[in-house]
Amino acid sequence: MSGDLFSYIYQFADVFAFLVLSAAGLAIIFGMMGIINMAHGEFIMCGVYVTSATYHMGLPLVLAQACGTAAAGLVGVVLEYLVIRPLYARPLDSLLVTLGVSLIATQGTLVILGSTFPGIGTPLGSFDVGAYTFSTYRMVLFAAAIGVLGFVYVLFMRTGFGVQARATMQNAAMARALGVPTSRIYALSFGIGAALAGLCGALYAPTMNLIPTMGAGFIVEAFVTVVVGGASVLLGTAPAAAVLAIIRSGLNAWYGQVIGQIGLLIAVILIVRVLPSGFSGWLARRSAS
Amino acid sequence: MKRRSLIAGAATLPLVAFVRDRTARAATPLKIGLLEDVSGDLAIFGIPKLHGSQLAVEEINAAGGIMGRPIQLMHLDPQGDNARYQEFARRLLQREKVDVLIGGITSASREAIRPIVDRADAFYIYTNQYEGGVCDANMVSVGAVPEQQIATLVPYMVEKFGKRVYTVAADYNFGHLSAEWGRSVLKPLGAEVVGEEFIPLGVSQFAQTIQNIQKARPDWLYMLNVGAAQNSFFEQAAAAKLNLPMGSPIKIMLGFEHKLFPPPALANMYATANWFEELDTPEADAFKKRWHAKFPNETYINDMGYNAYVAVYMYKMLAERAKSTKKEELRKVIATGNAGIDAPEGHITIDPKSQHTSHRMRLLRVDEHHAVHVVKDFGVIEPYWLGQVGCDLTKSDPKEQYTPDHLPKKG
Repeated sequence: MSGDLFSYIYQFADVFAFLVLSAAGLAIIFGMMGIINMAHGEFIMCGVYVTSATYHMGLPLVLAQACGTAAAGLVGVVLEYLVIRPLYARPLDSLLVTLGVSLIATQGTLVILGSTFPGIGTPLGSFDVGAYTFSTYRMVLFAAAIGVLGFVYVLFMRTGFGVQARATMQNAAMARALGVPTSRIYALSFGIGAALAGLCGALYAPTMNLIPTMGAGFIVEAFVTVVVGGASVLLGTAPAAAVLAIIRSGLNAWYGQVIGQIGLLIAVILIVRVLPSGFSGWLARRSAS
Repeated sequence: MKRRSLIAGAATLPLVAFVRDRTARAATPLKIGLLEDVSGDLAIFGIPKLHGSQLAVEEINAAGGIMGRPIQLMHLDPQGDNARYQEFARRLLQREKVDVLIGGITSASREAIRPIVDRADAFYIYTNQYEGGVCDANMVSVGAVPEQQIATLVPYMVEKFGKRVYTVAADYNFGHLSAEWGRSVLKPLGAEVVGEEFIPLGVSQFAQTIQNIQKARPDWLYMLNVGAAQNSFFEQAAAAKLNLPMGSPIKIMLGFEHKLFPPPALANMYATANWFEELDTPEADAFKKRWHAKFPNETYINDMGYNAYVAVYMYKMLAERAKSTKKEELRKVIATGNAGIDAPEGHITIDPKSQHTSHRMRLLRVDEHHAVHVVKDFGVIEPYWLGQVGCDLTKSDPKEQYTPDHLPKKG
């Protein structure tokens, strides 16, 4: 019985980690900055590929994952400078441009690196609870998800950069008038968002099959979590991921993956219908009243 | 993107080889239209398929072509898009007037172009292993079908590991039909499906599935998961120490998962195949050497690439024995019942009733270092199922796809 109970908690933690890690980067780029980033999955793929490449060059896994995260962040900063910058006032155009970037990235990777890439074995082994065995690394993913939430909160709520970034996103002209270097803030925020996507890829790299189009497997969950979370990344992402994880892991356990996926999407439709500004809008209104 | 793929297709035509042969240069080329996805999600399969066709065409042209005519390979890349499959099939058949159409990966792409082939009354060769059942005189299938793959694998697994089976299958027609095939083979053996899970395409996280399997305590897993995302199951199951034997009609020889995942994720996987790169007969070794000489960067010569290679030689044999490229003449050769070639796997023949191909089937096992061992040789197995249920293309041409739930009407 304790095995079954732990199994539910483990499944929840597993889905929660996947939602938070997929969504964290997008929450900044889409949730805060308003760029509908269709290339989010390709930032994740970049993190995966760089992690695997540096790992096979001989780096320890943790350092390889740091390289993957940094590489995606760097690509993000460059991309922001080259193509995203003119699009802050044109969110619909940002959708087209980033979709183009996404197609170029997946097909370019296919042409240059081929259709497959060597994987990394999952580290850390397994542990037993009751009749079940569980992968230890999945608990690391959960811890990483909590860590990412904490990092984003501290960075945007407790640092000078965070204040400037929030000011820039709310009213760029006013922020600039007050001496905030807004274009550097935009570039940095975009880079941090891309790096968090890269981190997601780096963390999932040892558990997955590596192909150029693998980013697509993250993007639905990422957008769903951010949209349900609402405009405020810091307030919304965690409760959105928690609620969606309860729904999905419960349905997965009782009715299988097909119903789990359908249920997740129906829940999203209902939540967006009832809470049009997402969890963060609802929480903000509650705390205001 | 369409334009680019056309140029890429044209640039890769291996037309250099036949220049040496004078008769070949004089004759008008024989056109083979090829539809393979070398970009998009299915590129991992489409690229070796294109390579297989290119290698066969190059070899045949170097040896004087077909009936003295050089082969012109006209490849278009439908990018995994069925609407493009239809557009390109029309272009190849109507505008380019190709002598034969080859290719298609998914069953959906095959079913998308089959009506176009039928309307043009053209000759079409499908080169993949698939769920079986197409009874259409315009089509020849050179891949393996369930009676060759599943009816061999499943009884072996039941005998060796036990009667409790858990099925993990992709949630679309291939997964459902192959699961149905599995059930129909399991039932007479007294075996029991203790769990059956259909996974939406694109799902890559399997923690819950792994727990469900542990709860059901099966003796072995019947794996019909499809695509790169779903293949992540193996790594995640290994990390959770699931440690169950697995049987699959599509793994290893098709997606070479044992080359993509670090060991031991695929340990104890059993699969039935007519081709896998580890096959080490003299004919197979010679074939592998020629392939790797031409394509040194190929990760693995998979069963699809192999079938694509064999298809061109199969067509050569048919056309040369018929002394024609007309469909009716080619089918007269098939009707003799001995239309076969010596392929790298062994001698294989087209069955006149179903126009599917016999195959030398072997059962292979992957060990914990991901080395592949042949554990059983079933010999040559005929594609008997369609004939048994009443498809006989020498008598009538229903142009239908049958399944165990949708059989031809008697009478």
